[in-house]
Amino acid sequence: MAAVAETLETVQAANDGGYKWGFETDIAMEFAPKGLSEDIVRFISAKKNEPDWLLEWRLKAYAHWLKMEEPEWAAVSYPKIDYQDAYYYAAPSNKVVPKSLDEVDPELLRTYEKLGIPVQEQQRLQGIAVDMVFDSVSVATTFKDRLAKEGIIFCSISEAVQEHPELVRQYLGSVVPQGDNYFACLNSAVFTDGSFVYIPKGVRCPMELSTYFRINAKSTGQFERTLIIAEAGSYVSYLEGCTAPMRDENQMHAAVVELVAMDDASIKYSTVQNWYPGDSEGKGGIYNFVTKRGACRGARSKISWTQVETGSAITWKYPSCMLLGDDSVGEFYSVAVTNNHQQADTGTKMWHVGRNTRSTIVSKGISAGQAQNTYRGLVKISPKAVGARNFTQCDSLLIGDKCGAHTVPYIENRCATAKVEHEATTSRIAEDQLFYCRSRGLTQEEAVGLIVNGFCREVLKELPMEFAVEAQKLLAISLEGSVG
Amino acid sequence: MSAQPSGTQAFLARFEGLREHLPGGRTPWVAQLRAEAAELFGAAGLPGRRIEAWRYTDLAPIAQAGFSEALTLVRETPALPPMRAPYRAVFVDGRFAENLSLLPGSYRCGSLAAGLDGAQGLLGALAEKLPLVALNTMLFEDGLLLDLPADTDGGVLELVSLASHTGRPIAFHPRHLIRIGDGASLTLIETSTGPAGAAYLHNPVFEIAVGAGATLSHVRIQREGRAGFQLSTVQAAVQAGGTYDNFTLNAGARLVRNEIHAALLGPKATCHMNGAQLAGDGQHADTTTFLDHAAPDCASRQTYKTVLAGKSRGVFQGKILVRQAAQRTDGYQMNQALLLSEEAEIDAKPQLEIYADDVKCSHGATVGALDEAQLFYLRARGIPAEQARAMLVQAFLVEAVEGVTNPIAQAALAEATEGWWEREAA
Amino acid sequence: MLKIEGLTAEIDGKPILKGIDLEIPTGEIHAIMGPNGSGKSTLSYVLSGREGYEITGGSATYNGLDLLAMEPEERAGSGVFLAFQYPVELPGVGNANFLRTAVNAVRKHKGEPEIDAMQFLKLARTKIKALQMSDDMLKRNVNVGFSGGEKKRNEVLQMALLEPTLAILDETDSGLDIDALKIVADGVNAMRGANFSSLVITHYQRLLDYIVPDRVHVLMGGRIVKSGGPELALALEAEGYAKVAA
Repeated sequence: MAAVAETLETVQAANDGGYKWGFETDIAMEFAPKGLSEDIVRFISAKKNEPDWLLEWRLKAYAHWLKMEEPEWAAVSYPKIDYQDAYYYAAPSNKVVPKSLDEVDPELLRTYEKLGIPVQEQQRLQGIAVDMVFDSVSVATTFKDRLAKEGIIFCSISEAVQEHPELVRQYLGSVVPQGDNYFACLNSAVFTDGSFVYIPKGVRCPMELSTYFRINAKSTGQFERTLIIAEAGSYVSYLEGCTAPMRDENQMHAAVVELVAMDDASIKYSTVQNWYPGDSEGKGGIYNFVTKRGACRGARSKISWTQVETGSAITWKYPSCMLLGDDSVGEFYSVAVTNNHQQADTGTKMWHVGRNTRSTIVSKGISAGQAQNTYRGLVKISPKAVGARNFTQCDSLLIGDKCGAHTVPYIENRCATAKVEHEATTSRIAEDQLFYCRSRGLTQEEAVGLIVNGFCREVLKELPMEFAVEAQKLLAISLEGSVG
Repeated sequence: MSAQPSGTQAFLARFEGLREHLPGGRTPWVAQLRAEAAELFGAAGLPGRRIEAWRYTDLAPIAQAGFSEALTLVRETPALPPMRAPYRAVFVDGRFAENLSLLPGSYRCGSLAAGLDGAQGLLGALAEKLPLVALNTMLFEDGLLLDLPADTDGGVLELVSLASHTGRPIAFHPRHLIRIGDGASLTLIETSTGPAGAAYLHNPVFEIAVGAGATLSHVRIQREGRAGFQLSTVQAAVQAGGTYDNFTLNAGARLVRNEIHAALLGPKATCHMNGAQLAGDGQHADTTTFLDHAAPDCASRQTYKTVLAGKSRGVFQGKILVRQAAQRTDGYQMNQALLLSEEAEIDAKPQLEIYADDVKCSHGATVGALDEAQLFYLRARGIPAEQARAMLVQAFLVEAVEGVTNPIAQAALAEATEGWWEREAA
Repeated sequence: MLKIEGLTAEIDGKPILKGIDLEIPTGEIHAIMGPNGSGKSTLSYVLSGREGYEITGGSATYNGLDLLAMEPEERAGSGVFLAFQYPVELPGVGNANFLRTAVNAVRKHKGEPEIDAMQFLKLARTKIKALQMSDDMLKRNVNVGFSGGEKKRNEVLQMALLEPTLAILDETDSGLDIDALKIVADGVNAMRGANFSSLVITHYQRLLDYIVPDRVHVLMGGRIVKSGGPELALALEAEGYAKVAA
């Protein structure tokens, strides 16, 4: 009992200093007027000099959104959001669009450096191309030229609207339709920036592509939109990271990510989500309402989601796969850590439509403090998905007796030849495991950190090497005080 | 969509017409319970699929059927199944049939309608505010009132429900109140049957109180007629060291919803919930369980098996709740489905909701077809294909069925499951 | 007798058997040897009727019956027995129940009266004793939790009970220690006689020390490339397939 009691104390003692990304960048900003209206939608579209079709598309989404109701089925609770009390557009007031990294405001680059993001291309020759999104706009993208040589397009979605309108028009909203859900619909109306990736036929992207999202301005919502298209036989690995300053208020992040994989294409999408989680009293923090979905349109295509969710006051997120092509593969690997008053309701949907489609779900939830952590997932197999297979493993770890861990899987099978297996467990760190580690000289915190990392190993090993190490550190910091 | 209000309204209208004539209609406390239930049912209505707990089971056919109450006299006594246990209580169309029953004399066991005065404090004590429970409270005509004193071995009792052939769609809502005193034990074998072609609704509600150190083994064999409906709710509360074992076989009815709620209220209470669902062409079988771990050091085990043939649909929803006080809970649940037909559909939603940290809880679910390698192995030994399938179906059920240890219950169960596949395949 | 002529078969469009010709006269034991992937197991499955194999040509008859047109259970009823390389586990199916069901199904097929539980138990115990096995075997679920050797013994027990006239042993020796191997061989040898033939499929010569075959055939690349007496097996063991078949 002693060991656990000690863990509890340290969890409770976790102070807000634990969030090391909570600084604010002081930079001249330009805002749209506060609130949401058709005029704001027009303002955003005009700011970005968008073609008429895109403005119409946004307005249609806005009109639809007004008729929708905020969903209440997730196991999260928060005060009613006042959608009029936020800025929907905030951008550094740089009059000229930077042509190269040299023209980017040095203060901005310093922000990203401080966050540990490789902004100078020469710093990371081994190659990670980064798109940096600061509040509502993309401020810089590295390695664009080198990627262009392979025919790869990697730029902000605003730029893609200008430079490759035909591709954006063809794919935008094709995986997540405007009216899909309340938050996706809102995003469709007011999205401000995000990343765009296009990998041509047969090209294996030579480096990791990465977007770093940063919410900086006060009372600002971030609504980014990411679109990744992998043509037949191509491969791309993409990573996103997110942080925000520490504030007493709750800020909203409602992103939409759409992935399209054609025949034999493969997309690996990794997320390390570290938005500000709020303080130990549950004050402040990001509301993270995200719609991520990939369509395996081609035969033998593959989409793999890996996520490490440590931040946000509320996480509402279900990266999903539509397995349309025969023999296509969907994967979801997730670690979700909640501490203090954080609430996470996350999981996935695997829709099996094509023949011999396969999916794997591995979810690891860790709950500490007074947090609530829910896995919610759907495995749906249509009558045509002959020979479909799913395997799901959901494990929950509880640290302390004031938190909750919940598992809500849905299995809907209409195909006699399909095989579905689901396993879930809930447990806590065993006293004897802790004692064993400590009797070998580890501190309590090291021991818990070791055990938690072991618990998450199956997921962490799916991350690209560079990020697996960071993710391990992040796990420890997220449970700071308890798992040092 | 519009059919649902009409179904709800029809039930409410009948309550208005019958309220003074129902048992206890003029007894203030009963009348008040019924009025409160009517209010709840009126507000909630027959649950629709937009309600999370009902997303996989559609009650529209019940709403549309226009059931009326079984107030007419029984025209012909349905055939009684052979008596297996020393005692049995028989209900025909939801009402106690004294001439068909043989009751133990040593403890209180008989008609609820006749003994309503003695049920004050018992009736409604464990009922949750659920629409179908409210429907039952509003309209129940009778039921079993069983009160087993402390430290008594009640032996084996059969509870038989028969639907008669009345020629029109009838609904009956028996209310069974069962109290097992501290340290007492009883095996209750419940069978429900009805005529093959008759559309009727059997909506029983059980309120079961298991005392400290007491044991109730409750075996339920549902073989309603293939045009009938059964909506049943079991509400069980188990005190310290007590055990409630429920095994339910769903083999009959056009649509069945078998809802079992058990609350473990005292330390070291135990609950086993096992079941098998066999659904053939045109059938819908839904088992929904809720295990509420409210006290420390309790254990629960659940194993459910669903076998689907023809155009059928199986549903399993099972939630394990572990409250903050329920430290050292040991909870396990497994549900497995076997699909024998291209047209069958299975929906499963196991669920863990856990607020205590020192727990060991797990659940598992599998869905699949018969193993072709197993089938071939049996056939290679000379066993014809259909017989081989039947063997594998029986084998699939073993883990769920082996929890039933009482020989009388085993015999009743074997009779209900054997030959099922051969009949469906024919 | 078993007569196979020009048998060709494929899996998922890939040809495995490319024209097998083989005759096993009643009363004889033949061995088929061959390297991995030569089509040995495919031949045993095609002869016993497992799904997933497309027969593209040729024929296989047993005592004049068209084997390939028969359901697996009809083949078993007609006296063909396959001892599996990997016996299948049947959780929830008691071994005694399984064996009795099989015995009665085969008896029914032959027009013999079924036997009741008591008679079966007596019969099974006799056979178990003869095979130096434990009665315990009957109480367990079919092959569930059995060791590799126990599974193979269970196959031999089934063979003893079903009394086939043609037994196909598909690498029955794989994964067996020498004691288990002897028990299996004794089981087969005990059935040897004028009305019993067997096709012993094996990778190694070792089994043939105990079950001495009348003829040995070498299967390579989906064809029988060489046939001979028992001495051929020894040559294969000593010199390898490549050299012997060349």
